[in-house]
Amino acid sequence: MNASAERTGGHMPRNLEVERAGGRSPPNQASIGERLRRPAAARPAAAFAILLCASLGVRAGVLPEDRADVLYHYYDGGGVQIDGPSVLVRKSVGQDVSLNANYYVDSVSSASIDVITQASRYSEERKESTLGVDYLHRDTTLSLAWTKSDENDYRATTWNLGLSQEVFGGLTTLSMGYGRGSDDVGKRGTDFSAPADHWHYRLGLSQVLTRNLIASLDFEAVADEGFLNNPYRRVRYADAGSATGYSYQAEVYPRTRDSSAVALRGRYYLPYRAALSAGYRYYDDSWGISASTVEVGYTQPWRRWTFELGYRYYTQNAADFYSDLFPYADAQNFLARDKELASFSSQALRLAVGYEMPIGFTHLLDKGAINLVYDHFTYDYDNFRDLRVTGTAAGSEPLYGFSANVLQLFFSVWF
Amino acid sequence: MSSRPALLVLLALAAGGCAVQPWVKPYERDRLADPIMSWDRHPVSNAYTHHVQESREAARGATGSSGGGCGCN
Repeated sequence: MNASAERTGGHMPRNLEVERAGGRSPPNQASIGERLRRPAAARPAAAFAILLCASLGVRAGVLPEDRADVLYHYYDGGGVQIDGPSVLVRKSVGQDVSLNANYYVDSVSSASIDVITQASRYSEERKESTLGVDYLHRDTTLSLAWTKSDENDYRATTWNLGLSQEVFGGLTTLSMGYGRGSDDVGKRGTDFSAPADHWHYRLGLSQVLTRNLIASLDFEAVADEGFLNNPYRRVRYADAGSATGYSYQAEVYPRTRDSSAVALRGRYYLPYRAALSAGYRYYDDSWGISASTVEVGYTQPWRRWTFELGYRYYTQNAADFYSDLFPYADAQNFLARDKELASFSSQALRLAVGYEMPIGFTHLLDKGAINLVYDHFTYDYDNFRDLRVTGTAAGSEPLYGFSANVLQLFFSVWF
Repeated sequence: MSSRPALLVLLALAAGGCAVQPWVKPYERDRLADPIMSWDRHPVSNAYTHHVQESREAARGATGSSGGGCGCN
Protein backbone atom coordinates (compact mmCIF):
# COMPACT_ATOMS: atom_id res chain seq x y z
CA MET A 1 0.00 0.00 0.00
CA ASN A 2 1.11 3.47 -0.68
CA ALA A 3 3.11 4.66 2.27
CA SER A 4 1.34 7.97 2.20
CA ALA A 5 -2.11 6.50 2.28
CA GLU A 6 -3.35 8.75 5.00
CA ARG A 7 -2.51 12.20 6.05
CA THR A 8 -4.59 12.82 9.07
CA GLY A 9 -1.59 14.01 10.93
CA GLY A 10 -3.49 17.06 10.03
CA HIS A 11 -0.96 18.87 7.98
CA MET A 12 -2.79 18.87 4.74
CA PRO A 13 -2.34 22.53 3.86
CA ARG A 14 -6.01 23.00 2.97
CA ASN A 15 -6.78 26.61 3.50
CA LEU A 16 -4.03 27.40 5.86
CA GLU A 17 -2.12 29.42 3.39
CA VAL A 18 -5.19 31.42 2.64
CA GLU A 19 -5.53 32.15 6.30
CA ARG A 20 -2.03 33.35 6.62
CA ALA A 21 -2.25 36.94 5.77
CA GLY A 22 -4.80 39.37 6.84
CA GLY A 23 -5.26 42.97 6.31
CA ARG A 24 -4.71 44.08 9.80
CA SER A 25 -2.13 46.14 11.48
CA PRO A 26 -3.27 46.20 15.08
CA PRO A 27 -2.27 49.09 17.25
CA ASN A 28 0.60 47.31 18.86
CA GLN A 29 3.16 48.64 21.21
CA ALA A 30 5.21 50.25 18.51
CA SER A 31 2.36 52.01 16.82
CA ILE A 32 0.93 53.42 20.01
CA GLY A 33 4.35 54.32 21.24
CA GLU A 34 5.03 56.09 18.00
CA ARG A 35 1.77 57.95 18.27
CA LEU A 36 2.75 59.18 21.67
CA ARG A 37 5.72 60.92 20.13
CA ARG A 38 3.85 62.50 17.28
CA PRO A 39 2.02 65.78 17.41
CA ALA A 40 -1.71 65.56 16.95
CA ALA A 41 -2.77 66.11 13.40
CA ALA A 42 -5.15 68.91 12.63
CA ARG A 43 -8.74 67.88 12.69
CA PRO A 44 -10.83 69.09 9.78
CA ALA A 45 -13.14 71.91 10.66
CA ALA A 46 -16.08 70.34 8.92
CA ALA A 47 -16.63 66.86 7.67
CA PHE A 48 -19.70 65.06 6.50
CA ALA A 49 -18.71 61.49 6.08
CA ILE A 50 -16.95 58.96 8.18
CA LEU A 51 -14.72 58.14 5.28
CA LEU A 52 -13.64 61.73 5.06
CA CYS A 53 -13.12 61.61 8.77
CA ALA A 54 -11.00 58.57 8.38
CA SER A 55 -8.78 60.03 5.72
CA LEU A 56 -8.29 63.53 7.05
CA GLY A 57 -8.89 63.82 10.72
CA VAL A 58 -6.26 61.58 12.10
CA ARG A 59 -2.56 61.18 12.69
CA ALA A 60 -0.20 58.88 10.94
CA GLY A 61 0.10 55.20 11.65
CA VAL A 62 3.34 53.29 11.73
CA LEU A 63 4.84 50.31 10.00
CA PRO A 64 5.68 47.07 11.80
CA GLU A 65 8.98 46.93 13.65
CA ASP A 66 12.13 45.73 11.93
CA ARG A 67 12.84 42.33 13.41
CA ALA A 68 13.98 38.83 12.63
CA ASP A 69 12.74 35.63 14.25
CA VAL A 70 14.16 32.15 14.02
CA LEU A 71 11.80 29.54 15.42
CA TYR A 72 12.05 25.80 15.89
CA HIS A 73 8.77 23.97 16.35
CA TYR A 74 8.08 20.45 17.53
CA TYR A 75 4.74 18.66 17.65
CA ASP A 76 4.19 15.19 19.10
CA GLY A 77 0.71 13.75 19.42
CA GLY A 78 -1.62 11.06 18.14
CA GLY A 79 1.25 9.11 16.61
CA VAL A 80 2.41 12.12 14.59
CA GLN A 81 5.71 13.98 14.98
CA ILE A 82 6.24 17.22 13.12
CA ASP A 83 9.12 19.59 13.44
CA GLY A 84 10.98 22.21 11.50
CA PRO A 85 12.07 25.83 11.37
CA SER A 86 10.26 29.05 10.67
CA VAL A 87 12.21 32.18 9.84
CA LEU A 88 10.56 35.57 9.58
CA VAL A 89 12.33 38.81 8.64
CA ARG A 90 10.75 42.24 8.51
CA LYS A 91 12.65 45.26 7.24
CA SER A 92 11.48 48.72 6.39
CA VAL A 93 12.60 50.51 3.27
CA GLY A 94 12.41 54.23 3.72
CA GLN A 95 9.56 55.71 5.74
CA ASP A 96 6.60 54.18 3.95
CA VAL A 97 7.40 50.61 3.01
CA SER A 98 8.10 47.48 5.03
CA LEU A 99 9.06 44.18 3.45
CA ASN A 100 8.69 40.77 5.03
CA ALA A 101 9.68 37.24 4.17
CA ASN A 102 8.90 33.96 5.88
CA TYR A 103 10.24 30.48 5.26
CA TYR A 104 8.54 27.61 7.05
CA VAL A 105 9.06 23.85 7.02
CA ASP A 106 6.99 20.97 8.39
CA SER A 107 8.83 17.65 8.51
CA VAL A 108 6.14 15.08 9.18
CA SER A 109 6.45 11.52 10.41
CA SER A 110 2.99 10.07 10.73
CA ALA A 111 1.62 6.95 12.29
CA SER A 112 -1.72 8.48 13.18
CA ILE A 113 -4.72 6.33 13.98
CA ASP A 114 -5.91 6.49 10.37
CA VAL A 115 -2.49 5.58 9.08
CA ILE A 116 -2.23 2.65 11.48
CA THR A 117 -5.68 1.31 10.69
CA GLN A 118 -5.66 1.87 6.94
CA ALA A 119 -2.06 2.19 5.76
CA SER A 120 1.52 2.37 6.95
CA ARG A 121 3.73 5.04 8.50
CA TYR A 122 4.93 7.74 6.17
CA SER A 123 7.20 10.74 6.18
CA GLU A 124 6.96 13.90 4.14
CA GLU A 125 7.96 17.50 4.09
CA ARG A 126 6.07 20.69 3.41
CA LYS A 127 7.86 23.93 2.59
CA GLU A 128 6.19 27.27 2.57
CA SER A 129 7.50 30.65 1.49
CA THR A 130 5.87 34.03 1.90
CA LEU A 131 6.81 37.43 0.60
CA GLY A 132 4.91 40.49 1.70
CA VAL A 133 4.96 44.25 1.60
CA ASP A 134 3.23 46.86 3.74
CA TYR A 135 2.77 50.37 2.44
CA LEU A 136 1.87 53.17 4.81
CA HIS A 137 0.21 56.39 3.77
CA ARG A 138 -0.80 58.64 6.67
CA ASP A 139 -3.16 56.42 8.71
CA THR A 140 -3.70 53.83 6.04
CA THR A 141 -1.70 50.66 5.72
CA LEU A 142 -1.95 48.64 2.54
CA SER A 143 -0.61 45.08 2.68
CA LEU A 144 0.08 42.60 -0.06
CA ALA A 145 1.39 39.08 0.50
CA TRP A 146 2.12 36.07 -1.65
CA THR A 147 2.48 32.57 -0.22
CA LYS A 148 3.55 29.38 -1.89
CA SER A 149 3.35 25.96 -0.25
CA ASP A 150 4.86 22.79 -1.68
CA GLU A 151 4.49 19.13 -0.82
CA ASN A 152 5.04 16.23 -3.13
CA ASP A 153 1.26 15.81 -3.47
CA TYR A 154 -0.15 19.24 -2.66
CA ARG A 155 0.72 22.67 -3.99
CA ALA A 156 -0.91 25.90 -2.92
CA THR A 157 -0.52 29.53 -3.92
CA THR A 158 -2.22 32.35 -2.10
CA TRP A 159 -2.51 36.10 -2.52
CA ASN A 160 -3.66 38.35 0.26
CA LEU A 161 -4.57 42.01 0.14
CA GLY A 162 -5.24 43.99 3.28
CA LEU A 163 -6.19 47.53 4.15
CA SER A 164 -6.25 49.04 7.61
CA GLN A 165 -7.16 52.52 8.68
CA GLU A 166 -6.83 54.28 12.01
CA VAL A 167 -9.63 56.66 12.92
CA PHE A 168 -10.84 58.71 15.88
CA GLY A 169 -7.42 59.85 16.93
CA GLY A 170 -5.98 56.39 16.81
CA LEU A 171 -8.56 54.88 19.17
CA THR A 172 -10.03 52.76 16.41
CA THR A 173 -8.44 50.66 13.70
CA LEU A 174 -10.67 49.43 10.90
CA SER A 175 -9.40 46.74 8.59
CA MET A 176 -10.49 44.66 5.67
CA GLY A 177 -8.82 41.89 3.78
CA TYR A 178 -9.22 39.70 0.75
CA GLY A 179 -7.47 36.41 0.16
CA ARG A 180 -7.40 34.20 -2.91
CA GLY A 181 -5.94 30.72 -2.86
CA SER A 182 -5.44 28.18 -5.60
CA ASP A 183 -4.46 24.63 -4.70
CA ASP A 184 -3.44 21.68 -6.78
CA VAL A 185 -4.33 18.44 -5.00
CA GLY A 186 -2.41 15.34 -6.02
CA LYS A 187 -2.07 11.76 -4.91
CA ARG A 188 1.24 10.01 -4.64
CA GLY A 189 1.85 7.15 -7.01
CA THR A 190 -0.91 8.27 -9.34
CA ASP A 191 -1.47 11.03 -11.84
CA PHE A 192 -4.45 12.30 -9.91
CA SER A 193 -4.68 16.07 -9.92
CA ALA A 194 -7.59 18.28 -8.94
CA PRO A 195 -7.92 21.98 -8.19
CA ALA A 196 -9.31 23.61 -5.07
CA ASP A 197 -9.96 27.35 -4.87
CA HIS A 198 -10.49 29.55 -1.85
CA TRP A 199 -11.76 33.06 -1.28
CA HIS A 200 -11.40 34.87 2.03
CA TYR A 201 -13.11 38.10 3.09
CA ARG A 202 -12.17 39.76 6.36
CA LEU A 203 -13.41 42.70 8.38
CA GLY A 204 -11.84 43.85 11.61
CA LEU A 205 -12.25 46.50 14.25
CA SER A 206 -9.78 47.16 17.03
CA GLN A 207 -10.90 49.63 19.67
CA VAL A 208 -9.22 51.34 22.61
CA LEU A 209 -11.97 51.40 25.27
CA THR A 210 -10.18 52.76 28.31
CA ARG A 211 -6.56 53.48 29.21
CA ASN A 212 -6.38 49.86 30.41
CA LEU A 213 -8.62 48.01 28.00
CA ILE A 214 -8.49 47.28 24.29
CA ALA A 215 -10.94 45.10 22.35
CA SER A 216 -11.25 43.72 18.86
CA LEU A 217 -14.06 42.38 16.75
CA ASP A 218 -13.21 40.26 13.70
CA PHE A 219 -15.28 38.67 11.00
CA GLU A 220 -14.14 36.33 8.27
CA ALA A 221 -16.06 34.58 5.53
CA VAL A 222 -14.46 31.83 3.48
CA ALA A 223 -15.71 30.20 0.31
CA ASP A 224 -14.14 27.04 -1.11
CA GLU A 225 -14.72 25.29 -4.38
CA GLY A 226 -13.17 22.20 -5.91
CA PHE A 227 -11.69 19.03 -4.52
CA LEU A 228 -12.02 19.62 -0.80
CA ASN A 229 -11.47 16.17 0.64
CA ASN A 230 -8.38 14.12 1.13
CA PRO A 231 -7.67 11.70 -1.73
CA TYR A 232 -6.22 9.14 0.67
CA ARG A 233 -8.89 9.07 3.35
CA ARG A 234 -11.72 6.58 3.39
CA VAL A 235 -14.96 6.04 5.26
CA ARG A 236 -16.15 2.76 6.71
CA TYR A 237 -19.52 1.11 6.33
CA ALA A 238 -21.10 -1.95 7.93
CA ASP A 239 -20.35 -5.10 5.97
CA ALA A 240 -21.47 -8.43 7.40
CA GLY A 241 -19.29 -10.21 4.87
CA SER A 242 -16.11 -8.73 6.31
CA ALA A 243 -14.28 -10.32 9.25
CA THR A 244 -14.17 -6.97 11.04
CA GLY A 245 -17.83 -6.27 10.35
CA TYR A 246 -17.02 -3.27 8.18
CA SER A 247 -15.35 -2.30 4.91
CA TYR A 248 -13.95 0.92 3.49
CA GLN A 249 -14.79 3.16 0.56
CA ALA A 250 -13.42 6.52 -0.60
CA GLU A 251 -14.81 9.58 1.11
CA VAL A 252 -16.92 12.00 -0.95
CA TYR A 253 -17.25 15.67 0.02
CA PRO A 254 -19.34 18.45 -1.46
CA ARG A 255 -17.42 20.57 -3.94
CA THR A 256 -18.27 23.81 -2.19
CA ARG A 257 -18.08 25.08 1.36
CA ASP A 258 -18.98 28.46 2.82
CA SER A 259 -18.08 29.45 6.34
CA SER A 260 -18.18 32.47 8.56
CA ALA A 261 -16.51 33.20 11.84
CA VAL A 262 -16.84 36.11 14.23
CA ALA A 263 -14.54 36.73 17.17
CA LEU A 264 -14.54 39.18 20.07
CA ARG A 265 -11.35 39.62 22.07
CA GLY A 266 -10.12 41.86 24.83
CA ARG A 267 -6.92 42.67 26.68
CA TYR A 268 -6.84 44.34 30.06
CA TYR A 269 -3.87 45.93 31.78
CA LEU A 270 -3.73 45.09 35.48
CA PRO A 271 -2.56 47.71 37.99
CA TYR A 272 0.67 45.90 38.83
CA ARG A 273 1.88 45.59 35.20
CA ALA A 274 0.41 42.36 33.96
CA ALA A 275 -2.10 41.63 31.21
CA LEU A 276 -5.27 39.58 31.13
CA SER A 277 -6.72 38.48 27.80
CA ALA A 278 -9.94 36.77 26.84
CA GLY A 279 -11.62 35.89 23.59
CA TYR A 280 -14.56 34.09 22.09
CA ARG A 281 -15.07 32.95 18.49
CA TYR A 282 -18.18 31.50 16.91
CA TYR A 283 -17.93 29.56 13.66
CA ASP A 284 -20.57 28.22 11.32
CA ASP A 285 -20.42 26.63 7.86
CA SER A 286 -22.54 25.17 5.09
CA TRP A 287 -21.48 21.63 6.00
CA GLY A 288 -23.49 21.87 9.20
CA ILE A 289 -20.54 22.46 11.49
CA SER A 290 -20.69 25.09 14.19
CA ALA A 291 -17.88 25.63 16.65
CA SER A 292 -17.04 27.76 19.65
CA THR A 293 -13.63 28.73 20.94
CA VAL A 294 -12.92 30.33 24.31
CA GLU A 295 -9.49 31.59 25.24
CA VAL A 296 -8.05 33.23 28.33
CA GLY A 297 -4.51 34.27 29.03
CA TYR A 298 -2.35 35.96 31.61
CA THR A 299 0.98 37.66 30.98
CA GLN A 300 3.33 38.60 33.80
CA PRO A 301 6.62 40.40 33.20
CA TRP A 302 9.31 40.31 35.87
CA ARG A 303 12.56 42.17 35.28
CA ARG A 304 13.89 40.83 31.96
CA TRP A 305 11.55 37.84 32.06
CA THR A 306 8.02 37.43 30.78
CA PHE A 307 5.80 34.57 31.90
CA GLU A 308 2.61 33.58 30.18
CA LEU A 309 -0.20 31.23 31.14
CA GLY A 310 -3.06 30.39 28.78
CA TYR A 311 -6.06 28.15 28.46
CA ARG A 312 -8.14 27.42 25.35
CA TYR A 313 -11.33 25.43 24.95
CA TYR A 314 -12.68 24.44 21.55
CA THR A 315 -15.79 22.46 20.67
CA GLN A 316 -17.56 21.62 17.41
CA ASN A 317 -20.40 19.44 16.21
CA ALA A 318 -20.07 17.06 13.28
CA ALA A 319 -20.62 17.78 9.60
CA ASP A 320 -24.02 16.73 8.24
CA PHE A 321 -22.44 14.01 6.13
CA TYR A 322 -20.08 12.66 8.77
CA SER A 323 -20.50 9.19 10.23
CA ASP A 324 -18.14 6.90 12.07
CA LEU A 325 -19.89 3.90 10.52
CA PHE A 326 -22.22 4.18 7.55
CA PRO A 327 -24.97 1.52 7.41
CA TYR A 328 -23.94 0.30 3.95
CA ALA A 329 -21.82 1.26 0.95
CA ASP A 330 -22.79 4.49 -0.81
CA ALA A 331 -25.30 5.17 1.95
CA GLN A 332 -25.57 8.83 0.93
CA ASN A 333 -24.26 11.18 -1.72
CA PHE A 334 -21.62 12.72 0.60
CA LEU A 335 -19.52 10.62 2.95
CA ALA A 336 -16.93 11.65 5.51
CA ARG A 337 -15.09 10.00 8.35
CA ASP A 338 -12.45 12.63 8.91
CA LYS A 339 -12.09 13.23 12.63
CA GLU A 340 -11.71 16.95 11.91
CA LEU A 341 -15.34 16.82 10.80
CA ALA A 342 -16.48 14.77 13.79
CA SER A 343 -18.04 16.09 16.96
CA PHE A 344 -15.30 16.74 19.50
CA SER A 345 -13.88 19.07 22.07
CA SER A 346 -10.32 20.12 22.67
CA GLN A 347 -8.52 21.79 25.55
CA ALA A 348 -5.13 23.41 25.53
CA LEU A 349 -2.92 24.67 28.32
CA ARG A 350 -0.05 27.03 27.59
CA LEU A 351 3.06 27.82 29.57
CA ALA A 352 5.54 30.27 28.10
CA VAL A 353 8.64 32.06 29.27
CA GLY A 354 10.67 34.74 27.55
CA TYR A 355 13.94 36.46 28.36
CA GLU A 356 14.99 39.77 26.87
CA MET A 357 18.70 40.13 26.34
CA PRO A 358 20.78 43.24 26.10
CA ILE A 359 22.73 43.18 22.88
CA GLY A 360 26.14 44.45 23.79
CA PHE A 361 28.34 43.12 21.05
CA THR A 362 27.04 45.14 18.12
CA HIS A 363 25.41 48.46 17.45
CA LEU A 364 23.41 46.99 14.58
CA LEU A 365 20.86 45.37 16.87
CA ASP A 366 18.54 47.08 19.32
CA LYS A 367 17.66 44.10 21.46
CA GLY A 368 17.21 40.36 21.43
CA ALA A 369 14.89 37.88 23.09
CA ILE A 370 14.62 34.16 23.52
CA ASN A 371 11.28 32.46 24.12
CA LEU A 372 10.12 28.98 24.99
CA VAL A 373 6.45 28.11 24.54
CA TYR A 374 4.85 24.85 25.60
CA ASP A 375 1.29 23.85 24.72
CA HIS A 376 -0.47 20.72 25.86
CA PHE A 377 -3.54 19.78 23.80
CA THR A 378 -6.16 17.12 24.46
CA TYR A 379 -8.75 16.01 21.91
CA ASP A 380 -11.82 13.98 22.88
CA TYR A 381 -14.05 12.72 20.10
CA ASP A 382 -17.77 12.09 20.56
CA ASN A 383 -18.38 10.00 17.45
CA PHE A 384 -15.01 8.88 16.13
CA ARG A 385 -14.12 5.41 17.34
CA ASP A 386 -10.75 3.82 17.95
CA LEU A 387 -10.44 1.09 15.32
CA ARG A 388 -7.16 -0.13 16.80
CA VAL A 389 -9.38 -1.97 19.29
CA THR A 390 -10.55 -5.19 17.73
CA GLY A 391 -12.77 -7.98 18.92
CA THR A 392 -15.80 -5.76 19.42
CA ALA A 393 -18.81 -5.33 17.18
CA ALA A 394 -18.39 -2.69 14.49
CA GLY A 395 -19.59 0.61 15.91
CA SER A 396 -19.02 -0.33 19.54
CA GLU A 397 -15.28 0.35 19.71
CA PRO A 398 -14.22 2.85 22.37
CA LEU A 399 -14.25 6.52 21.40
CA TYR A 400 -10.93 7.93 20.28
CA GLY A 401 -8.97 10.65 22.00
CA PHE A 402 -5.37 11.79 22.10
CA SER A 403 -3.10 14.39 23.57
CA ALA A 404 -0.31 16.39 21.97
CA ASN A 405 2.72 18.25 23.26
CA VAL A 406 3.88 21.22 21.26
CA LEU A 407 7.10 23.13 21.79
CA GLN A 408 8.32 26.35 20.25
CA LEU A 409 11.76 27.79 20.83
CA PHE A 410 12.52 31.05 19.11
CA PHE A 411 15.12 33.76 19.06
CA SER A 412 14.22 37.28 18.03
CA VAL A 413 16.30 40.35 17.28
CA TRP A 414 15.16 43.90 16.63
CA PHE A 415 17.31 46.11 14.46
CA MET B 1 -38.25 61.15 -1.93
CA SER B 2 -37.74 58.82 0.97
CA SER B 3 -34.01 58.77 0.41
CA ARG B 4 -33.66 62.39 1.51
CA PRO B 5 -34.34 61.88 5.23
CA ALA B 6 -32.14 58.84 5.13
CA LEU B 7 -29.36 60.91 3.60
CA LEU B 8 -29.78 63.57 6.27
CA VAL B 9 -29.63 60.96 8.99
CA LEU B 10 -26.52 59.49 7.42
CA LEU B 11 -24.87 62.89 7.19
CA ALA B 12 -25.78 63.64 10.79
CA LEU B 13 -24.34 60.35 11.92
CA ALA B 14 -21.24 60.92 9.87
CA ALA B 15 -20.78 64.39 11.28
CA GLY B 16 -21.33 62.94 14.71
CA GLY B 17 -18.67 60.40 13.98
CA CYS B 18 -16.21 63.13 13.21
CA ALA B 19 -17.18 64.94 16.37
CA VAL B 20 -16.09 62.02 18.51
CA GLN B 21 -13.10 63.13 20.55
CA PRO B 22 -10.54 60.53 21.57
CA TRP B 23 -11.61 59.77 25.13
CA VAL B 24 -8.28 58.16 25.90
CA LYS B 25 -5.73 60.87 25.25
CA PRO B 26 -2.40 60.02 23.68
CA TYR B 27 -0.61 60.71 26.96
CA GLU B 28 -2.94 58.20 28.65
CA ARG B 29 -1.92 55.31 26.42
CA ASP B 30 1.30 54.37 28.12
CA ARG B 31 -0.17 51.15 29.50
CA LEU B 32 -1.64 50.17 26.15
CA ALA B 33 1.79 50.79 24.65
CA ASP B 34 3.36 48.16 26.88
CA PRO B 35 4.43 45.14 24.81
CA ILE B 36 2.39 42.83 27.05
CA MET B 37 -0.75 44.52 25.67
CA SER B 38 0.07 43.76 22.04
CA TRP B 39 -2.32 41.56 20.10
CA ASP B 40 0.53 40.03 18.19
CA ARG B 41 3.70 40.24 20.25
CA HIS B 42 5.36 37.30 18.49
CA PRO B 43 4.00 36.98 14.92
CA VAL B 44 6.08 33.95 14.01
CA SER B 45 4.88 32.07 17.08
CA ASN B 46 1.24 33.09 16.67
CA ALA B 47 1.34 31.96 13.08
CA TYR B 48 2.59 28.54 14.07
CA THR B 49 0.07 28.17 16.90
CA HIS B 50 -2.83 28.95 14.56
CA HIS B 51 -1.43 26.45 12.09
CA VAL B 52 -1.43 23.71 14.74
CA GLN B 53 -4.98 24.53 15.81
CA GLU B 54 -6.52 24.85 12.36
CA SER B 55 -4.90 21.65 11.14
CA ARG B 56 -7.02 19.66 13.60
CA GLU B 57 -10.23 21.67 13.72
CA ALA B 58 -12.98 22.41 11.25
CA ALA B 59 -13.28 26.03 12.30
CA ARG B 60 -11.15 28.63 10.55
CA GLY B 61 -10.79 32.34 10.24
CA ALA B 62 -11.27 35.43 12.39
CA THR B 63 -7.97 34.80 14.11
CA GLY B 64 -7.55 38.53 14.16
CA SER B 65 -4.23 39.84 15.18
CA SER B 66 -2.13 37.27 13.44
CA GLY B 67 -2.92 38.70 10.06
CA GLY B 68 -0.59 41.58 9.62
CA GLY B 69 -0.23 41.10 5.93
CA CYS B 70 2.96 39.23 6.60
CA GLY B 71 1.54 36.05 5.12
CA CYS B 72 2.91 34.28 8.11
CA ASN B 73 -0.11 32.98 9.90
